[in-house]
Amino acid sequence: MTQIFAPPDEPSSIDMIHADPEFAELRRRLRRFVLPVAAGFMGWYMVFVLLSAYAHDLVATPVFGSVNLGVVLGLAQFVTTAGITWAYNRFAGRRLDPLVASLKERAGVGR
Amino acid sequence: MTTPAIGNTTLNIVLFLLFVGATLYVVWRVSRTTSTTTSGYFTGDSSFTGTQNGFALAGDFLSAASFLGIAGGIAVHGYDGFVYSVGWVVAWLVGLLLVGEMMRNTGRFTIGDVMAYRLRQRPVRVAAALSTLIISFFYLLAQMAGAGGLIALLLNIHDRAGQSIAIAGVGLLMIFYVLVGGMKGTTWVQIIKAVILLLCMSFLTAFLLGRAGFNLSSIFDKAAKASPLGSAVLAPGDLYGRNPLDFVSLALALALGICSLPHVLMRFYTVPGARDVRKSLTWAVGAMILFYFCTLVVGYSATSIVGVDRIKAAPAGENSAAPLLAAAVGGPVLLAVVAAVAFATILAVVAGLTLTASVSFAHDIWSKVVRGGRAEPGEEVRVARRTAVVMGVLAVVGGIAANGRNVAFLVALALALAASANLSTLVYTLFWRRFTTAGALASTYVGLLSCLTLIALSPVMSGNPKAIFPDANFVVFPLDNPGIVSIPLSFLAGWIFSLLSRDKGDPRLRREMEVRALTGIAPDDVDDELAPLPGPARRLGRRYAGTGRAVASPPRYR
Repeated sequence: MTQIFAPPDEPSSIDMIHADPEFAELRRRLRRFVLPVAAGFMGWYMVFVLLSAYAHDLVATPVFGSVNLGVVLGLAQFVTTAGITWAYNRFAGRRLDPLVASLKERAGVGR
Repeated sequence: MTTPAIGNTTLNIVLFLLFVGATLYVVWRVSRTTSTTTSGYFTGDSSFTGTQNGFALAGDFLSAASFLGIAGGIAVHGYDGFVYSVGWVVAWLVGLLLVGEMMRNTGRFTIGDVMAYRLRQRPVRVAAALSTLIISFFYLLAQMAGAGGLIALLLNIHDRAGQSIAIAGVGLLMIFYVLVGGMKGTTWVQIIKAVILLLCMSFLTAFLLGRAGFNLSSIFDKAAKASPLGSAVLAPGDLYGRNPLDFVSLALALALGICSLPHVLMRFYTVPGARDVRKSLTWAVGAMILFYFCTLVVGYSATSIVGVDRIKAAPAGENSAAPLLAAAVGGPVLLAVVAAVAFATILAVVAGLTLTASVSFAHDIWSKVVRGGRAEPGEEVRVARRTAVVMGVLAVVGGIAANGRNVAFLVALALALAASANLSTLVYTLFWRRFTTAGALASTYVGLLSCLTLIALSPVMSGNPKAIFPDANFVVFPLDNPGIVSIPLSFLAGWIFSLLSRDKGDPRLRREMEVRALTGIAPDDVDDELAPLPGPARRLGRRYAGTGRAVASPPRYR
C-alpha cells in the first residue's frame, strides 16, 4: 500500500529538548515553586489590604508604644517580600540553574 | 496669593544645573561607546550588569509620584499613605517570579516580541504596541503635570507662563537624553539618580531616627500630637475610609501593575541573560524596601517637624512634605539636593517612558507590521528617534495643559491599564499552552477598553467638584479605580476566547518558545541532536535531588 500522507517532519533538536525528561523536570520544578508562592504572596498582601480597608479598629490596636498592628503587618509585608526574594534566589540557584546548565551542555549551546 | 519659595532658589538652580551637566556628560560619554545598531539604541546592547539594572529599575519607581507623593501622603493622611507604599514593594515579586526571566529569554526589545513568538505576529504586535503607547502616555502626562507644582515650589516660579517654560525645558532636556543616549544613556541617568536619592533618604532617616533615640514609636507619638487628625493619623481611614472597596481596587492594580508597566518590562532586556534579570530584581527589591521604610520615617517626621498646615499651604501641596522636611532638618543645602534629585527623577522617568513608547512603535508597528519585517538597517532606530520627538512634544503640550489640574488619578489609571492589558496576556503566553492569538487580543483589548470606559464613567471624570468635568454628571461606576473589575475581566476574556478560537497556533513554535523561555536555548545555537542523559531517565528525580553541584558539569558523551 502506498503512503498517502507525507510522514511527519523529523523532530527538531528543540523538540528533542522539549521531550527530554530533564526539561520536563525543569518545568515541573519551576511551576511548583513559582505558582503557589505567587498565589501565597498575593493572598497575604490582600489580607493586609482588606484588614486595612475594613477592620480599622483591629488594625489600630497598639502593639508596642504607638506602633500599631497595621504598621507591624505592613512592615511584615516588607519582610516576607525580602524572604521570598531570598528563597527564590536560593531555589533557582540550586534547583533550576543546574538543570539549565546541563541541558545547554547536552545540546551543545555555545560550542 | 504667593507663598514664598523655600530655601535658596539660586542654590536650588545651581545644584540642579550641576546635576543636569553631570548627567549630560555621562550620556554623551556612553553614547560614544555604544554601537549605533538597533540593539545598541534600544537596549544598550544588553550590556548592563544585574546590579546596575537593579538600581535603574528602582530608579524608575522612585518617580516623583512615589518619592514625593508617598512621603506627603504619610505626612498628611498618616497610615493610609503607608498602606499605599506597601504595594510598591510587594509588586516586584510579580516580576521576579512570573514574568522577568522568561521574558528576557524569549524577547529582544518589546512586550510584543514575547507574544509574537508563538502567536500571529501582526495582530498581537499591534495590540501590544497600542497598550504600551497608551500606558506610557498616561504615565508620562502624570509626571509632566507634577513637574509644574515642583517648579513652583523649588524655583519660586509662580505664574503659569513661567511654569510652562520650565515644563518645556524639562521636555527638551528629556528628548536630548533619549536621542543622544538611547537606552544606555537613559539607564545611566536612572542609576545615578537612584543612588543619590537612596543615599539622601538613608541619611535623612538615620538622622531622624537618631534624633528620636532610634524609637519608631516616639516618632509616631509626635506625629499624633502634631497632626490635626490626632491619634487617628496612626490608624486607617483618613484617605480611603469613605470607600474601602476603591482602596482594595487600587491596591490590586498597584501589586499587579507595577511590573507590567512597559518601561519596567523593557528594562529586563538591558542585561545579558535571565540570571541577570533575577539579580536586577533582587537589587530592586532591596532598594525599594529600604526606600519605603525611610519614607515611613520621613513622612511621619514631616507631620511633627514641618506641620500639616504648612505642607498643605505649600505650592505643590502634599508633594512638598519631603522637600520642606529636608529644608527644616538640613537647611538650604539639603533642600537643594533633594530638589535637584526630584527634578532629575522626573527627567529620568519621562526619558525612560518616551524611549519605551518610541521603541515599541518603531519595532512592533513600523518595522514588523508596516514594513512586514523588511525594514532597512538603521530604519528602526531612525523611526524610534522621530517617535521619541513626537512623544516628547505631546508630553510637553499635555503637561502644560494638565498643570495645576488634579491628575493624580493618571498614575493609578496607568497601573490599572498595565495590570489589565499586559499582565494577563504575558502570564497566559508564558504559562498556558492553550493560549491563542484570539485570547491574546481579547485579554489586551478587553483590559484596555474596560479600564478606560470605567474611568470615564467614574467619579474621577464627573459628578463632583473635584472631577475633571465638575459641572456634568455621567457617573455610572462608583469607584475611582477600575482594577478590581478590569483585571479579572481581562483574564476571563483571554481564557474564554482561547477556548473558543479555532486557530490553535503552531505546536512547534509553542514547544520552541517553552524551551526558550525556561532555558534561553534558541534553535540556532543547538546541535542536531541532544546528548543522552547521564544514567537512566527515571533516576532523574533522585540524581538531581541533591545540591545540584553534581550536575553542573555532567559527563560528555561525544
